[in-house]
Amino acid sequence: MDLLRFTTAGSVDDGKSTLIGRLLYDSKSIFEDQLEAVEVSSKKRGDEEVNLALLTDGLKAEREQGITIDVAYRYFATPKRKFIIADTPGHIQYTRNMVTGASTADLAIILIDARHGVIEQTKRHTFIANLLRIQHVVVAVNKMDLVDFSEERYNEIVEEYRELASRLGNIVNIEMIPISALRGDNVVDKSEKMPWYEGGTLLYHLENVYVGGTENHVEARFPVQWVIRPHSNEWHDFRGFAGRVAGGVFKPGDEVLALPSGFKSTIKTIHTADGDLEEAFAPQSVTITLNDEIDISRGDMIVKGNNPPKSTQDIEAMVCWFGEQPLQPRGKYIIRHTEQETKAVIQSLDYQVDINNFHKVEDATTLSMNDIGRIKLRTAKALHADPYAKNRHTGSFILVDASSNETVAAGMIVQP
Amino acid sequence: MASYSLSHLKQLEAEAIYILRETAAQFENPGLLFSGGKDSIVMAHLAYKAFHPAKLPFPLVHVDTGHNFPETMDFRDRFVEKLGARLVVGSVQQSIDEGKVQEETGPDASRNALQTVTLLETIEKNEFDACLGGGRRDEEKARAKERFFSHRNDFGEWDPKNQRPELWNLFNGRKHIGENFRVFPLSNWTEMDIWQYIKEEDIELPSLYFAAERECLTRKGTILAISEFVQPREGEVVEKKSIRFRTMGDATITGAVESVAVDYDAIIEEVAAARQTERGNRADDKRSETSMEDRKKEGYF
Repeated sequence: MDLLRFTTAGSVDDGKSTLIGRLLYDSKSIFEDQLEAVEVSSKKRGDEEVNLALLTDGLKAEREQGITIDVAYRYFATPKRKFIIADTPGHIQYTRNMVTGASTADLAIILIDARHGVIEQTKRHTFIANLLRIQHVVVAVNKMDLVDFSEERYNEIVEEYRELASRLGNIVNIEMIPISALRGDNVVDKSEKMPWYEGGTLLYHLENVYVGGTENHVEARFPVQWVIRPHSNEWHDFRGFAGRVAGGVFKPGDEVLALPSGFKSTIKTIHTADGDLEEAFAPQSVTITLNDEIDISRGDMIVKGNNPPKSTQDIEAMVCWFGEQPLQPRGKYIIRHTEQETKAVIQSLDYQVDINNFHKVEDATTLSMNDIGRIKLRTAKALHADPYAKNRHTGSFILVDASSNETVAAGMIVQP
Repeated sequence: MASYSLSHLKQLEAEAIYILRETAAQFENPGLLFSGGKDSIVMAHLAYKAFHPAKLPFPLVHVDTGHNFPETMDFRDRFVEKLGARLVVGSVQQSIDEGKVQEETGPDASRNALQTVTLLETIEKNEFDACLGGGRRDEEKARAKERFFSHRNDFGEWDPKNQRPELWNLFNGRKHIGENFRVFPLSNWTEMDIWQYIKEEDIELPSLYFAAERECLTRKGTILAISEFVQPREGEVVEKKSIRFRTMGDATITGAVESVAVDYDAIIEEVAAARQTERGNRADDKRSETSMEDRKKEGYF
């Protein structure tokens, strides 16, 4: 069985939690005791119908305020696929949570309220999906029941959204589906109220969309996580480099290069507890042994010489600011990139993006929480990096505040 | 070009191994919480794979409620020996004897809440800066919001509204002195994934997970196995039924299900058809709507 990770975005009251509740409920992934608990809570709150949103709003504050605060992860499976949902909140102040959910997603569902059409939040969510390079976007036009299941209204929204998306370039595939999450139309079962819609239901699309292309299987990258030295009689000379393949394919006999040392060797074995492998590719976790004794430690990278990443201290990147304290021009932060941790100084803030109209604000002096902008960084040690567009693993980083230890920014490398 | 794809179980395995190695690398002194339940057995199995052919770079930690099913303890000791791992035990009984906690009284008393005190003490005494737990996000609604690397303050408390964002595969385990982390490598696994993996890897489990004729009684709709800790009260009838357990907790509150499933395949079939969550018969989760969130804030797993 394969796995699809998707994220959901919408503004407050778009019915996002209801949609997820509906997917879980109609795909029979909700258990009786969970449903009973929700029924009891709905009654307590005075809701007329069973409030499916309560299935995902887990925290006390969320239930009290009827909103989603934090990213919640949900799981369901059909005979075709296993799904992991990152359910992210819609409030402007929680934009950073959508970035978080999107960072591990193959697909994004963006909800639009059929009554309101494309709004500021829709632009924001589409911008983030595009920035994080989610290749597949499903636009669920929700609450069709409140616009009398009107085809005309739906077509207006389709046109509005297509115009918006045409201004951004990275989304490969956009699918639009008219639904009513509350009533279940076109979520799992085809709607009888919208015979004019000829496409598949939301679940049908999730089950059948092809998502092969998120990993890079061309440029070989192996960030070393941990060095395994058993010091036992049986494995006396064993020295293995443990890590998760971040790109390309590694095979025994391959000539490889260790960064930053530049020493060369060949792969002896690709070791796992279940025996040696003939090849390893992303995102497998394996242990590589080499034919020569060369010095490699955590944070180094094993690559192939014909297409190495760029080793550089100067990075240009798009960042989404997460911290409560705004970005400090010339400020120093800790940067975590693959398995490496070093220091970084902000050289310049080139521009901020107004993600409501996608304009560049060239005279911006800082970035506050939830802002997105382009920066130049200089790092204390060289990073072995690729553009994010080529490789999500070697093209992404986080910035950490050295005094609070909080994660303050998520970065996508434009130019290493 | 060849097709490079992994099954969902292989993807989950690769992710968990990554998290286990990351924990060993980012922390000075981690420990792996081992309850003897299936999730912690799977986690320990994954840890064995993550560091093979070396031994585990951290000990297994058992917070012993003293209310164990006897099979669980036998199993624990054999398992630890097989793995060649170090075992650290924190005892709730000892916390009670030392007067640090007071045993609950009354008909629904359990030692589940007391575990938190013993756990926090064990962490402090052994100076663990990270504890690996087998918690899964599909178990309970508050768990659904938990991070892989979950930050705890000096008092072991969880602040759900102020969690660190986790992006891509980048985990931030930086902390101040006295703070620690709970790490959950199985976050993305479901109960079904666990069982499918146990079958695929042929992992040995305590016999209580498999159906057998056992003496039991029914208390408030929950089937409890007769043991040293569970004895019939007035009006309760002891019966012999074919039952098995879906989770291993405090023997006084962990309910069984009627079942005839004696092997992996039968259990997987049962899990697929189940209409109740596996914690559905844990009395500790039923105390209030947010009892798990409340316990987690206090420092529970």
